[in-house]
Amino acid sequence: MANIVIDRIRKNFGSFQALKEISLTINDGEFVSLLGPSGCGKTTLLRIIAGLESATSGDVRIGEKSVIGLPPKDRGLAMVFQNYAVFPHMTVYENVAFGLRMQKVDDARVKKQVEKAAGLLHIEPYLDRYPNKLSGGQRQRVAVARALAVEPKVLLMDEPLSNLDALLRLEMRTELKTVLQSAGTTTIYVTHDQTEAMGLSDRIAVMHNGVVEQVGSPVDVYNHPATRFVGGFIGNPPMNFIKVPVENGRVAAGVQQLVVPDGSASEIVLGLRGEAVELANLPEGMEMKVRVAEPMGSHLLLTGSIHDQPVRVILPASETVRSGDVIGLKLDRNRITWLSPESGKSYPAAAA
Amino acid sequence: MTQTRPWVPYLLILPSVAFLALLFIVPLVQTIWLAISDNGAPSLANAQRMVNDINFGRSVQNTFLLTAVVVPVQLAIALAMGTMVAKIAGGRETILWIWTIPLAISDLAAGLVWLSILQNTGYFNSLLFGLGLIERQTSWLSYQTPVALFIAIAIAEIWRGTAIVMVIIVAGLNQVPKEFKEAAEIFGAGPWTRFWRITLPLIRPALQSALILRTVLAFEVFAVVYALGGRNFPVLVGEAYNWQNQNQNYGVAAAYAVLIMVISLAATLVYLKAIKVDPERLP
Amino acid sequence: MSTANPAGFVSSRRWLLWSGIIALCAWVLVPIYLVALGALGGRQGVYQWPKTGLPMGISLDPFLLFLRTEGVTQSFFNSLGAAGITVALSILLGAPAGYALARYNFRGKDSYRLLVLLTRAFPLAILALPLTVSYIRLGLYDTIIGVGLIHTVLALPFAALVTQGIFLGVPRELEEAAWVFGCTRIQAFFKVVAPLALPGIVATAVFAFVISWNEVFAASVLTVRNRTLTAYLLTVLSESPMHYRFAGGLLLILPSVIFIFAVRRYLFAIWGISSK
Repeated sequence: MANIVIDRIRKNFGSFQALKEISLTINDGEFVSLLGPSGCGKTTLLRIIAGLESATSGDVRIGEKSVIGLPPKDRGLAMVFQNYAVFPHMTVYENVAFGLRMQKVDDARVKKQVEKAAGLLHIEPYLDRYPNKLSGGQRQRVAVARALAVEPKVLLMDEPLSNLDALLRLEMRTELKTVLQSAGTTTIYVTHDQTEAMGLSDRIAVMHNGVVEQVGSPVDVYNHPATRFVGGFIGNPPMNFIKVPVENGRVAAGVQQLVVPDGSASEIVLGLRGEAVELANLPEGMEMKVRVAEPMGSHLLLTGSIHDQPVRVILPASETVRSGDVIGLKLDRNRITWLSPESGKSYPAAAA
Repeated sequence: MTQTRPWVPYLLILPSVAFLALLFIVPLVQTIWLAISDNGAPSLANAQRMVNDINFGRSVQNTFLLTAVVVPVQLAIALAMGTMVAKIAGGRETILWIWTIPLAISDLAAGLVWLSILQNTGYFNSLLFGLGLIERQTSWLSYQTPVALFIAIAIAEIWRGTAIVMVIIVAGLNQVPKEFKEAAEIFGAGPWTRFWRITLPLIRPALQSALILRTVLAFEVFAVVYALGGRNFPVLVGEAYNWQNQNQNYGVAAAYAVLIMVISLAATLVYLKAIKVDPERLP
Repeated sequence: MSTANPAGFVSSRRWLLWSGIIALCAWVLVPIYLVALGALGGRQGVYQWPKTGLPMGISLDPFLLFLRTEGVTQSFFNSLGAAGITVALSILLGAPAGYALARYNFRGKDSYRLLVLLTRAFPLAILALPLTVSYIRLGLYDTIIGVGLIHTVLALPFAALVTQGIFLGVPRELEEAAWVFGCTRIQAFFKVVAPLALPGIVATAVFAFVISWNEVFAASVLTVRNRTLTAYLLTVLSESPMHYRFAGGLLLILPSVIFIFAVRRYLFAIWGISSK
């Protein structure tokens, strides 16, 4: 077990800055996701931590010890790759045993460790088979078992579920959480799938264009995004951003008067989660023109506009709203995020 | 569509099958018949004449020795080239192109290239003279210096034939996803272990076909030898050529041809057995 | 990071790597340079002692003189002719087979592949020996067509396997889309598949050319007066002066090197396919 300190890491590819001074601390035993769209630098950061790539500048400390310049094998970590990288020319048993063999662990202990890891991931029946006979999900389990068998201080996972089909992904996600909770290993998990990150992580670091835009618990990041990017990236539908006029330090939403954190501004961006609204009568509620109403079974999804800006909101399935209706919405004060129109950054949650 | 006109694929392969039957299978059978017959009756006379010829023993020995030296060295150099080029980013294309140039050079031309270096007034002697290692021109390619001649031929063959092995090996290496090596690295394997335990097993098919191709070609060695040593260094195909063209004895030439074929087939079978390629154990 | 990194160690390994690479490049290139010197140095060049290895006293004249030697241009064009026939036949016969292997499942497919792979286990040039007799009977002996035919035996299996890989590389969906939009199978092939496969097929053709251009044994056995360049050089080798031999070597090398340069981008893809 160990904590990880990422200290002002930069990475340039030629003139392109893939990582722009990233600092992040991951506590002992914590599960942190690096979440972001492709090309945001999350995989590069993971590979720098692993030692597969070198940083242009900055430091990485694992368990208070700088690992820069150390080869991967001396960093005390294990990794699960996106394409599993389960060796096709070795049996499942030999795959899971690989790391232990490299550490010259004696056979009896190898057997014990492999059986333990195989048990956790339910792959005992396949130990004698070659990976090509296995399904994607089974190979994924082998890859995880191989990583856990060495009892690493740190576990790195690079989009481990992205090659599985939707149903299997959900199943593996739940199982990963169970397994990792019991192992208690410090884990860094790279993904572009926000539901994976939300479901698995203790904390999420949202990355964009080589910087960490926000670090926080899933609930925090969801409800109080630090930037417009985070709000737009996380949640389905994404957070709505409505530019509204400020009068006397307040914004009027129907009869609701909402106090804004920066009274001096003439305009502010109202960040609104689609489900943080209730249906209201028109003069009292904020006016929304509904362009399309889609009953989804579990809820009702409305696409339309407020103040001539596109929005999507979610209402209970029991409400009846039809395409073309004009409706009123009552906003949940506690779930509003205010953002600066200029910088795209949000005002601290406490001030809202 | 495929079902409605089942004859289409046969129509497509028919011309090539007919061609190969006419110019591969028929001559193959003819060669074998020529070798094991005499005046239209089965006989081992040709084989006997071949075996009793004074050059037979030497040509067998020379061909085998040459193959045994050349093929492993070529494989080693090709693997080194493949490993090196995998480590660099810039200039990769150019370097690979330079290394593949000998692929397009015939064995005759290769022999002539090395003749220009190793002949009496050539660059090799000039270099040794310049370094003060020899005092006068030394002959390396005469029948009095069989070891030097052997080394010269081996060098020319290695120079020319490594490119094909390298191309097959690099193509094989390209098909190994880099994650395998990275995973091995993460789990503690050093460069040497990665090479032996991950890379080599994963390029088995490439190794197998490179070895088969190169070995069959090595038993066919002829023009390099002829250009460098004339008839001072008998090899199997050279003997076949002499019996056919100089002695006009097609029977003995065919006996040599069959012998070379048997050796090539045997080598192929040995490789197929020794380097098992199990599709189940490939990426 | 440079402080924590054993920088000296890393750079010395890089240095080692690059010196290895450069040494291997020199190993390939220097001999070609030297034979070119020999070809352009003429008679004096050959007997100069000791040699410096520098391009001194060279001119194109000795090489041009060699080209004007009786039989050289003739054999050069014979080689071109034989290689042209090889290219045409191996693509015309090999590409349809490659297409059939790539797109159809049919009984006997595996046997056909076996036949093609079997040719690789035989020293094919040797098969020229019994052909002498049949060729004489058919009037093909000592003709360029005859040489082209035997060289096609060498190039055809290669062409079939490589074109199979090339056609597999053209997504089936594209062809199916063409059918859906009204093409017949033949139209779809020429409008959609052929243009996409063309660069690969051209590369295959270049290889067929090189195979024929470089072949010595069969060409020497099957010709007497209509020699290809390799066959010509082999027969006059023992009685030619050294600088003629070097000029011959250079003449053999030049076209092949140019061709390899032309297809360098396909080399590895092609051999990746053909070594399966």
